[in-house]
Order: sequence, then C-alpha cells, then structure tokens
Amino acid sequence: MAAALHTPSFETLDHKRYFFTHLGLTERLLERCLGEALSAGGDFADLYFEAVTSTSLGMDEGIVKTAAQGISVGCGVRVLSGERTGFAYTDDLSPEKLLKAARTAALIASGPQTARVQGFTESHSQSLYPITGISSDADIAAKLKLIERANKAARDFDPRITQVRAGINDELRRILIAASDGTFASDTQPLARLNVFVIAKDEHNTARGTSGGGGRVLLDFFEGDHSPEHFAREAARTAILQLGAVAAPAGEMEVVLGPGWPGVLLHEAVGHGLEADFNRKKTSAFAGLIGQKVASEKVTVVDNGRMPGRRGSLNVDDEGNPTQETVLIENGILRGYLSDKLSSKLMGMPNTGSGRRESYAAIPMPRMTNTYMLSGQDDPGDILKSVKRGLYAVNFGGGQVDITNGKFVFSASEAYLIEDGVITAPVKGATLIGNGPEALKYVSMVGNDLALDEGIGTCGKSGQSVPVGVGMPTIKLDRMTVGGTGR
Amino acid sequence: MKTATSHAPAPANRELLSLSEEAVALALRAGAADAEAVAFESDDFAVNVRLGQVEQLTESGSRALGLRVFFHAAEGGQRTASTSTSDLSSDGIAKLVSGAVELAKVTGADPFAGLPQADLFGSLDIDNLALYFSDVDEIPPAERIEIARRCEAAALGFDARIQNTSGAHFDVSTAQRVMVNSRGFSGSYRRSYCGFSVTPIAQDADGAMQRDYWYSSARSSKLLASPEEVGRIAAERALRRLGARRVPTQKCPVVFSADIARSLMHNLISAADGDSIYRNASMFAGKLGEQVAGENITMVDDGTMVFDHILPDGSTLRTGGFGTSPFDGDGLPIRRTVIIENGILKNLMLNTYTGRKLNMPSTGKASRGLAGAPGIGGGNYFLQPGMLTPEQIIADIPNGLYVLSTMGFGVNLVTGDYSQGASGLWIENGELAYPVEEITIAGNLKDMFRNVSAIGNDLEFLSSGAVPTVRIEGMTIAGS
Repeated sequence: MAAALHTPSFETLDHKRYFFTHLGLTERLLERCLGEALSAGGDFADLYFEAVTSTSLGMDEGIVKTAAQGISVGCGVRVLSGERTGFAYTDDLSPEKLLKAARTAALIASGPQTARVQGFTESHSQSLYPITGISSDADIAAKLKLIERANKAARDFDPRITQVRAGINDELRRILIAASDGTFASDTQPLARLNVFVIAKDEHNTARGTSGGGGRVLLDFFEGDHSPEHFAREAARTAILQLGAVAAPAGEMEVVLGPGWPGVLLHEAVGHGLEADFNRKKTSAFAGLIGQKVASEKVTVVDNGRMPGRRGSLNVDDEGNPTQETVLIENGILRGYLSDKLSSKLMGMPNTGSGRRESYAAIPMPRMTNTYMLSGQDDPGDILKSVKRGLYAVNFGGGQVDITNGKFVFSASEAYLIEDGVITAPVKGATLIGNGPEALKYVSMVGNDLALDEGIGTCGKSGQSVPVGVGMPTIKLDRMTVGGTGR
Repeated sequence: MKTATSHAPAPANRELLSLSEEAVALALRAGAADAEAVAFESDDFAVNVRLGQVEQLTESGSRALGLRVFFHAAEGGQRTASTSTSDLSSDGIAKLVSGAVELAKVTGADPFAGLPQADLFGSLDIDNLALYFSDVDEIPPAERIEIARRCEAAALGFDARIQNTSGAHFDVSTAQRVMVNSRGFSGSYRRSYCGFSVTPIAQDADGAMQRDYWYSSARSSKLLASPEEVGRIAAERALRRLGARRVPTQKCPVVFSADIARSLMHNLISAADGDSIYRNASMFAGKLGEQVAGENITMVDDGTMVFDHILPDGSTLRTGGFGTSPFDGDGLPIRRTVIIENGILKNLMLNTYTGRKLNMPSTGKASRGLAGAPGIGGGNYFLQPGMLTPEQIIADIPNGLYVLSTMGFGVNLVTGDYSQGASGLWIENGELAYPVEEITIAGNLKDMFRNVSAIGNDLEFLSSGAVPTVRIEGMTIAGS
C-alpha cells in the first residue's frame, strides 16, 4: 500500500526561513496584516503565502521542443465573519500591498474590531515527502534523459506507433500560513509527473494512448516500476489495443472495475458529495445521510492525506492543519464528511484537515486528498469468473458528478467484454453513468488487490484544480449503465 | 495591415509595454536571435450571495510577464524556450531572461520554430472592436451585491419547490494584454467583462433535488439582462428537471438544445485544429477539401465579430464579441475563417507553427498564454442557422430525447467516438413529455455530423460561440 518511495533524509529546515529571508517577511508584519484584516470586526483571518517554481520539458517528434519555467509568488488574505468570507490577494509582497489586501478583505465585516490576533504556535509538521524537489538546473539533463527514454521505448514498442510526445512537469511549492487563531505552518511541496501520449495507425484505424505517473517525489522515483519505459509501453500498448477495439455495449450490465485508477469511481460517486461545504448548504445528494447505508457492507472508503510521496498527500492542508486519514464509508455506512475550518466551525464537527486551494489567488474549500476503497476478501480471478456477460474496465479518462442529484459519469479508456467469465474483445471508450448514493449498493465482490493510481489525478471544483490520488481493489458492480453503441 | 495600434495605449499599458520591451531587449543582448514577450494584467471582483447573504467577496489584481526566446541552431532551425514570472522587479525580469536563455540550450533544433515573417504582423483597429467599457468598474460594490441578491430572490420566489440555491454570483473583470517581439510587432488592448448568474435547487416532495443555472454577461454593464428575468429562467430550468426518470436502452433521434449543441458542434472546430491534424491525431487529418459533415453544415470561426445592441433609450451600443481580439498569439491580425462550408472541410485552425508543419499559411488562430509556445485557439464561432423553430424540430418525433445537459469526457477526436452522460426531456408524439436522467448518448461524430437532420433558427450569442438547436438521427441511448 505504501508508496514505493525511498526514505530520504528529510532536512529539518523550517520552510518559513525561505519567506523570511528571501521575501522579507517578519512575524511583526504578519501580525500587523492580520490585525488590519480583523479591523472591521471579522472573527478570523489568515494569510497564505505561496511561492511556486515550475519546470516543463517536452519531447515531440523526437525533438526537445518544449522547455519552460515559471515563477509565481503571492499572498491571499482571507477574513471570516460568520458565514461570510472576504478575500483579496496580491502578487506584490511589499508591506504596503499586503496591508492593502488585508484592508480590502477586512471589509466583509462592518463594525469595530472584536477578535484579536493570538500568538503564533507553529504546528508540528509531518514529513511525507522530500522537500528539495527536482527543479535544480543539474537535474534538467537527467529529466531530458527520462523523456528521451520514454520517446524511444514508445517508438520501439510497435512500428504502428507514429507519433510520440513525452513530457515531464515538476514544481516546488513553498507555503506559509499565519492565522489570527495562532495557526502558523509552513511546508515545501514537490510534485512531479511524467506523461506519454502516442498515436497508433494501421491501414484502417487511428488510435491514441496515454499514460503517466509521479507524485511528491525525487527523480529516482522514475526508475524500476515507474520507469519511462513502463509509462511509454503502457501508452503504446493501449493505443495498439484500441486499433482493434469493437463497439462498447449499451445498457445496464454487470461491471468489473480493475484495481488502481478506476477508483475515480469513488472520487465522483461519493467523494465530492461528502465534501462538507455541499452538505452544510444541503446542496449534496448525501446531505443528512450520516449513519445511513449508502453502499454494500463490503465497502469501506477512506480519504488519506498522509501517504508518503503520493500526489494527493500534504504535510499540512492549506489552512495549516495536519492532514489525516478520514473514514468516509465504513462497511457501507456513511461515517463522515471532509471539512475545513469554516465548515467544521459552522457544522460543529471535527476539522479533517481537508482545506485546500489551487493557489494564493483562490479561497480554500474542503477537498479530497487520496481517496480509496479498502481491500476485501475476493480473488480478482474469481470476480471475473462470476460474470456471465459484462464489462471489465481497467483504465479511465476523467469523471464528473452533479453533486445535487448525485449522477456521476466516468469514461473508460481501456475496457473488455466479459463473456461467460472470460475476458474477450477490447472495446472502444465508453462513458459509464450511475447515481452516487445508490451505485455502491450494488458492489457484490471486493478484491484483495488494492492499488493506488500511478499519480496522474487532478481534481477540479469551482474552477480550482488540485492534485489528488485515487485507489481501489478489483470490484464487481451487479449493475451499472454502460454508454456504448453496441449490443 | 500595419504593425501595432493606431492609438496611444492607456497609461497602465505603458508600464507593461516598457517591461515587455525591456525583456525582449535583454534577451537579444543575451544572444537570442529573436524574442517575444507578453504581459497580462487583470483586476477582478467577485461576489457570491447565498440565501440573501453575502457568502464570499473577492477583490484583487494580478500581473505577470512571459518570454519566449529563439536561438539559431548550428544544424539549422531554431531552439526555443520560454519562462514566465509574477515578479516584475528588475531582478525578476533579469531572472526571466537568463532562465529562458539557459533553458534554450537544452532544446533541440526545430526547422519549423521561429517568429512569423515581419510582413505578416498586424492588428485590427482596436477602437472599432469595442472590447473595453469602463462602465463595468463604475457599478458600486453594493449594487453588484444587490443585483446578485435580486437574481437569487427571483429564483427563490418563483416556486415553493425552490427553497435553496448554490448561490448567485456577480463578477467583474478588466484585463490588459500586451505583446511585443523583436521583429517589430507591438500590440496591446484592454477588455472588460461583467456578468451574473444564479444556481437554484428545486426539490420534490420525496426530497430528490435538481439544480440548474442561468446567467447574463456582457462587455458593458448597460447590456446586462434584468436580474429578475435571469432568476426566473434559472428557476424554470431547475424545475423542469424534477421527477426525472430513466428510459430503456434504444436508438432514437436526439435533439440538442442550443446550449448543448454549442459544445457538440464545436468539435467540428476542435477536429480542424492544426496541431492535431499534422500529428494525425484528428479524425479530420488529411480531409481538407473533403466532405466531413452533411451539406447543411457550415461552421465559421470569426474573431472579428462586433454586435450592435439597441439600448432601452433607443440608442445603439457596439461591443466586440467575447471571442473578439485584434491580433492572435503570434501577432497576426485576427480574421474570419470558414472551417466547414456545406459539409466540406474548407480551412484549418492554424497558427504559424502548425501552418509551417503543413506547408500552409497561418489562419491567425494562435493562442498565447503566459508560458510556452502558442497553441491553437479560436475567436467567436457559430453554426449557420436553419429555418425551423425548436418546436418544429421536435414536432415529428414520436419517441426521442431533447438533451439539456451532458457530462463527462467521452469525446475522442482521434476516432470520433462519442459517449456522454446526459439528462433532458423525453419527446413523445412531438411534445416534451417528462424529464429523464442517468442515461448516456453515444455515436461517432463522423456519422453524427452527417446525420444532422434539422438545424434551428435560434442562433443567439450568449458567449463566444453560438449554435442553434440541432437534431441528430440514429444515436444510441443507454439506460435501464
């Protein structure tokens, strides 16, 4: 279960030194800004400083065509007053601009100052990932080597592979959070991802294949099981497979989902619906269902932000709280929601450390981290054998959910027909659709082979994108609607 | 057309312009053969009202600079790299330049890379395009909040089954964009935007919920719709989805409401994307000049569109479309391009790079973000409307689906395979009978574009694209 990550000697450097030394912040300035933010009567304020450097390298048609680097620095000031949020941000960290942003955010409240800024207490940080990142110049050559290897492996896989794009993107995000309730936290968050995209062509058909992976890791992650060759062959294999795919079936049938990335089902079917903000506002199909049965008793789903090196993991959330493992569904019963500071305060429930934001220019909200279903007892082979006629889906593109009516979709990119317990023809991509609070009640078998995805997930909510992970063992759903065109 | 703009840029533009010029000059001094800088600045306001109370209020501005550099490679062609930063201090710009110069050393020589020829640069007359109206900034915050509140109140007051909402928003944004390169192009323009929306939630007696939304947006505050009208439409849209059921798996005609037809038919433009074409990663690769859709299909990309609106006091106001701009991301003038004419693929969506790859001139469709090389992006687009009203289009359908929304990522432009989640209204004997949900619609775009059996007359530009109601035969619906 744990990520295949070496245990590097994490430096105990406090991340805040970066902001204090390089960007000129002082504790006194943070206190002044928070004081200014509370000056119109707000009951809570926080400052979120962020400095991100990102690098992107891409090989395309055998040429390194893309090399890009970006630097983004800024601060978001948030003021809470009851259920109201005032927010302003600046990409200029001079004291004048910071104080101006604080004054702007303060105006969400109107009255004399009531709350005071508490003395800062530095939160105890976890060390789930290396804090150096892989952005140093010396590593550019090593990264180029990786994408060159991916390019070659994809082309060598089969002469029908006609186009290959391989890229590696990485970023190092430094954050510092100071809040009027005394929260003081900082972190350095590396993130890397290798991607391969291929086109396969024969005399009749053209098909695409994609693969990729990564996490909060160093370059040595991309050796062994996560090598460029592994991702390149995966992309090439799926593209070649699609050249001979038949139409996917249409209608309700038994569906077996393979381990790993198909866990996107959980993310869409239940994950979003369990984010506390939607439930506080009663706009989620899961509102008021805590303690009720929302899945078969074989289903236990958790959200876990503490998995070493994982793409969805965080030492602290974007409100400065340590992340944790939260049980969402236990043996089919809905146990809890994912909450941030505002939701936990207004709903009188524990804060699960789920407050996340895309950047300093966005307001935090409850989000998932790594969301997965625990292993069950069934042998994956037995699960397939039990299906008379159905679909075996092992890889997916994206998914989407309407949290209000609970309807969700996810689109299979690699799937096969199952006939009399045997996997037969590969089928073309098809969208699967279901109803969140109902779909998992039809889970009749759960495999003993839990796997997490390879580190490719990005989740969008209200226009904000954050990296996430998903995972699942092989499972069987007795019924689900498959959106193909065949019989 | 001549380089640059005919009128003096606004004062704030001058600073962005001089920062961009400085970055280009520094890059040339560092040995670059060519360089190009872009600068963006925006001021944004957003308020979210829910159940009558202000829930979130955001007010902020941001600025950033992006740079591309080109170096001649010994083996021919050019090496290129790009950098971007939000740090506009001289130190920040020095790092921007040195970073790009260093990075360019690791890239490969690409015979197709490089800025356009200088005689191709140009910009449309910015004043004529009417993209910026200062009146969006003149609405006081209290009034913006009040508009969102009135819009939500109208939705809540419309029907007893609407007691909750996901909120009403009011957004204002003004932005400036500057682009300068070492071959003599220099251009800049401002844009304004304001708009509001509401998302009411309707609830059945049995507790089942449905939500929908409606909005009004414009470049000038004078053109915003009445908040009450928008609230009422949003309420009706949410209410008509209540009580949705599933339908059996079947083949039948599918009518796409104008809202959804827009994204469906936009695939015609996406499939003509030069980047996908030269990679053979599009179903339209190698099909230029061939029939790729029914003869009733004419699809146009036009980044030059302006609209003349008649105001309540009888005067007219001209505004540029939401997809209108004076020059593209390569510095070429924006133009109107017929992509599909009577079903024949007439032109491709090309920027300078993809044009060179295909040995064709750019069609002015370069889109330039802060980082990286220009991609492909269109301006405004529309499908040539037909003669029928939406009612006439469904009148002869004994059994079929009227689609109100689609979900998912099941569109594959390489193969044309299309499979999306859907909800809408069931058509029985030519009339909208009851709402349906939790179904999928599937087919192949290559067939679907040939099987458009009716096109509506209801073309309306609510965003950069507009497509009327469209009816397609022979799609598969998967349901119960």
